[in-house]
Amino acid sequence: MARDFDFPGGIHPPQRKQASAQEPLRQAPLPSRVVLPLKQHTGAPAEPCVIPGQRVRTGECIAIAQGMISANIHASISGEIRSLEEHAVPHPSGGKAPCLIIDGDGQDEWQRLPSLDWHQTDRDALVERLQQAGVVGLGGATFPTQIKTCSRDDHSIDTLIVNAAECEPYITADDLTLRTYAPDVVEGAGLMALLCGAKRIVIGIEDDKPEALAALEAHLHGTDIGNQVDVPIELTVISTRYPSGGEKQLVKRLLNREVPSRGLPIDVGVLCHNPGTLRAAIRAVRDGEPLVSRIITLTGAALHQPGNIEARLGTPMHALLAQAGWHEAAVSRLVMGGPLMGFELSQADLPVVKASNCLIAATTEELPAQPPEQPCIRCGACETACPAGLLPQQLYWHTRSHDHDKAELFNLFDCIECGACDFVCPSHIPLAQYFRAAKDSIRFRHHEARKAEHARHRFELRQARTEREAAEKEARRQARAAAVKRKSRDRSAGERHETTLDTSQATGGDDVKTLRIAQAAAKAAVRKAEKALARASETGDGDIEDLEVQLATAQENLKATESRLEAARGTQENAQ
Amino acid sequence: MLDFVIIDNGIVLAIVALASLSLVFGALLGFAGERFRVDDDPIVEHIDALLPQTQCGQCGYPGCKPYAKAISEGEAINKCPPGGDSTIRDLADLLGREVRPLDGEAEDMPKVAYIREDECIGCTKCIQACPVDAILGAARHMHTVIIDECTGCDLCVDPCPVDCIDMVPRPSTLDDWQWPFPAGPGQRTPAPGLIATDRASATQGAVHG
Ligand code: SF4
Ligand code: SF4
Ligand code: SF4
Ligand code: SF4
Repeated sequence: MARDFDFPGGIHPPQRKQASAQEPLRQAPLPSRVVLPLKQHTGAPAEPCVIPGQRVRTGECIAIAQGMISANIHASISGEIRSLEEHAVPHPSGGKAPCLIIDGDGQDEWQRLPSLDWHQTDRDALVERLQQAGVVGLGGATFPTQIKTCSRDDHSIDTLIVNAAECEPYITADDLTLRTYAPDVVEGAGLMALLCGAKRIVIGIEDDKPEALAALEAHLHGTDIGNQVDVPIELTVISTRYPSGGEKQLVKRLLNREVPSRGLPIDVGVLCHNPGTLRAAIRAVRDGEPLVSRIITLTGAALHQPGNIEARLGTPMHALLAQAGWHEAAVSRLVMGGPLMGFELSQADLPVVKASNCLIAATTEELPAQPPEQPCIRCGACETACPAGLLPQQLYWHTRSHDHDKAELFNLFDCIECGACDFVCPSHIPLAQYFRAAKDSIRFRHHEARKAEHARHRFELRQARTEREAAEKEARRQARAAAVKRKSRDRSAGERHETTLDTSQATGGDDVKTLRIAQAAAKAAVRKAEKALARASETGDGDIEDLEVQLATAQENLKATESRLEAARGTQENAQ
Repeated sequence: MLDFVIIDNGIVLAIVALASLSLVFGALLGFAGERFRVDDDPIVEHIDALLPQTQCGQCGYPGCKPYAKAISEGEAINKCPPGGDSTIRDLADLLGREVRPLDGEAEDMPKVAYIREDECIGCTKCIQACPVDAILGAARHMHTVIIDECTGCDLCVDPCPVDCIDMVPRPSTLDDWQWPFPAGPGQRTPAPGLIATDRASATQGAVHG
């Protein structure tokens, strides 16, 4: 059981999990008002499907997923939709985003989906259910869960990993989830293994969670486990080291498989899910309950009663902190997520969202402000600590001088932003922030380039349309001229027989030939554009909208050549 | 000996056959090339790819592609205000020319057109002016701008007979936000979400010596 392969680097920061891990899981009181951002997931924001004043029940869908990557949002309490407005949301920018606000009626009247027996239900219906229920990764990445299952089609997956490493200091949400709901998590793992076709389940857990481990063992040794989950389950305990919970790091540690650069665990036949996500998935299927609550760790020295609490999404953070007995004046930093990968919040009037796994109300003593950055002394400590095998020092020089191409050459995009390098850097350089900033700036550049390309295609479409209109006009003019000429010829038929061979006959004939070739080329272009579009709609790769514009352009061009051809034939006839 | 001659002949024949084939195909290809010739000069394409595609005409050409063509024929590379310095730098890199300051006024922030819909008389003049078909509306009906498609070129503003089109800053969402680069050595890097006053009040009561 103690197979323990290794990833490079890693660190041992103070764990500070004791404070929140001691108390059993609590249930937060029902909030009287919730604020639900339309975007609580990776991908496009959901689109509201309710209007102010409308009554909703807990679990009712209030905003619908948009596009390929997105997730539904559900009412987390019953009551009345108050408004759709910009409200501050937990985000590193401290900014606002569109949110639906519900005034609660205190009834908590539910609207559940029909419960499904996942052994008897076909795969598509199960995937659809996950989508309906708005289930996303609850470890913090909030990637829509059903999309991960769909990847089955072109990858073969043999192992489902339950990522229970929870390696970042302070956070104990997964620990408490396992202690309280081990059967749900295991059943959820069985469901997801079925959906992705995995032949086994491996649960990876760090050795600092003895109670969660005991709960899992007790459940796994129970008699009914075989009827519940059809694949073998292994429990692997690994020694505590940050960041074992990184997907690539965990895959390496548990299975000794190396996820390729810029790749995903799926590339080596593995899917990873967090315990909270698995519980949400099984609840969506078995109990018909959409994702309306989550377990969140409340901790930090400024709280009298740290612990874990299950709260409805949209609950104001200050309400939870107040229940945990916060000493507001003592809070020097309020962090969402862990101290290494989380970000600081500028206020506490923010809703709990699907990504909120932990809130740290820290005092100055425990999380002092970052000291000023000093020059790099080229000690190489960052290199030793980096779990992704990167050269943070090199990345630092290149990102600092905005030499993005060089940074990409040094595999900037393999950086998992774990902050291990920051942690060991004797010069207190905020390395991970340099890397985040550089990634964002590169992504922005790509985005701008794509947008420019799209604008160019739309411009070309407009030009093609203008030309087509001109060509059609010309064809109509020719047709009219031909009609007039025919009439006059008919009239003068008996009198004069010589037809003046005007020069346009020769050129007209040539034009027709050239235009026929142009028409064939335009047809080929239309077919090519159609194919590209069909391929993109099938695979989901590529900008469908942009390809549609390109197809429309090709069609306009074809129509224009057809009109020109018609006009040229008209000229030829006129000339005869 | 005879064998050799025959083989030789075979080879000669093959060579002759291949040569004539290639001539025929070459001619065909040449002909096709002439017949299907498109005016896509690769260098123009490369230049066009670096231009911002706002299609505003501020460079003095009716769109980015014509300006790209003009550049390939020797026109200066510093005439595109929407592209600004970074486009000039990219063009200089591509063409091995000298970086020159922008000829014109740099644009401070990305803009989009906004139609005050209740004042619009539905004359369709703006639709005719928009280079990327970003305005929707039928004759005598209210018109509106598709923000995602608008390049902020400004070309619809002047034609509007009732002056109901404004250029406004492009609305930004949290997805547009980027992590800022840290301030550099010798500087403290505050958490990006905290403005100075928040930070001061948040640390109050916990400040020590
Ligand atoms: S933040 Fe990136 S560079 Fe630094 S240790 Fe983690 S993975 Fe390596
Ligand atoms: S740990 Fe810090 S000081 Fe040492 S090499 Fe890395 S960046 Fe430079
Ligand atoms: S000035 Fe306007 S039209 Fe000219 S290249 Fe720049 S964006 Fe294109
Ligand atoms: S030009 Fe002005 S008035 Fe005419 S349709 Fe456009 S916005 Fe309306």
